[in-house]
Amino acid sequence: MSSYRTPLSRARGHGAAREGAHHWLAERLSAVAMAPLVLWGVFGVIHLAAGDYQTAADWISQVQNLVLMILLLVVGFWHMHAGMRVIVEDYIQKTFSRVSLLILNLFVCVLAGSLAIFSLIRVALLGGAL
Amino acid sequence: MTDAARPARQPPLSPHVQVWRWHITMLSSILHRVTGGALYGGALILAIWAICLGAGPEAYMSFMTILGSIPGKVVMFGLTLAVFYHLGNGVRHLVWDAGHGFDVKTANLTSVATLAFALAATLAIWVIAAMTGAL
Repeated sequence: MSSYRTPLSRARGHGAAREGAHHWLAERLSAVAMAPLVLWGVFGVIHLAAGDYQTAADWISQVQNLVLMILLLVVGFWHMHAGMRVIVEDYIQKTFSRVSLLILNLFVCVLAGSLAIFSLIRVALLGGAL
Repeated sequence: MTDAARPARQPPLSPHVQVWRWHITMLSSILHRVTGGALYGGALILAIWAICLGAGPEAYMSFMTILGSIPGKVVMFGLTLAVFYHLGNGVRHLVWDAGHGFDVKTANLTSVATLAFALAATLAIWVIAAMTGAL
C-alpha cells in the first residue's frame, strides 16, 4: 500500500474552485460598461483640451460629469487591473517575481484610482475655488 | 493537501511565436494585449490629470502644456488608436463569448474590420478635435 489516504481525501481540493464564473463575468461586465464610458470620455477630452483650469473645474463640477468620470475611473481601473493580472500570470513564471508584480499591479491601480477620484470630488465640491 | 505520490502536473505550453506563420487573427490578438498595456499607461495619465486638477491652476496648466506639446500629442494620438482598437476588438470578444463568429472566414474578416474601425474612428476624432479648436 503506497498511501493510507482514502480516494475521497485525494480527490478533495482538486475540483472546480466554484468561483471562476464570477471572475469571468466581472471582466465581461466591466468591458460592457467601459464601451459607453470610454466614448463619453473621448469627447470629454476634446472638450477640455482647449480649455484652461476653470473650464475643467466647471466641467467636473457638473453632477453628471463627476459621476460618469468616477464610474470611468472605478470601472476602468478595475478592468485594467484584471487585464494586467492576466498578462503577468501568463508571462511571469518565477513565483517571487509574479507575486511581486501582482501586488504592485493591485497597489498602483488602487492608489492611482483613489487619488484621482478624491482629487476630482474635492475640485467639484469647491467649484474650482483653489 | 496534495498527495505526495501525485506527480507534479506540467502546465500546458503554447507553441512558440516563432514557429507560426503570421496571420491576421494572430495580429489582432497580439494587438489587443499591446493596446491594453498602452491603455494602462493612458489610465495613469488620466489619473495624473485628475491629481493635477486637484492640485490647482498652476499644476493643471503645467500638465496641459506637456500634454499639448508635440510629444504629448503623439502620445495622445497613439492612445486614441489604442482606445478604439481595444474597444472594437473588445466588442469582437463579447460576440465570441456569445458563441458567434468563430469560423476562419468570419474571424479574418472581423480582424480587418476592427483594424479599419480603429483607424477610421481615430481619424474622425482628430478631425473633430481640429475643427473644435482642441489641438
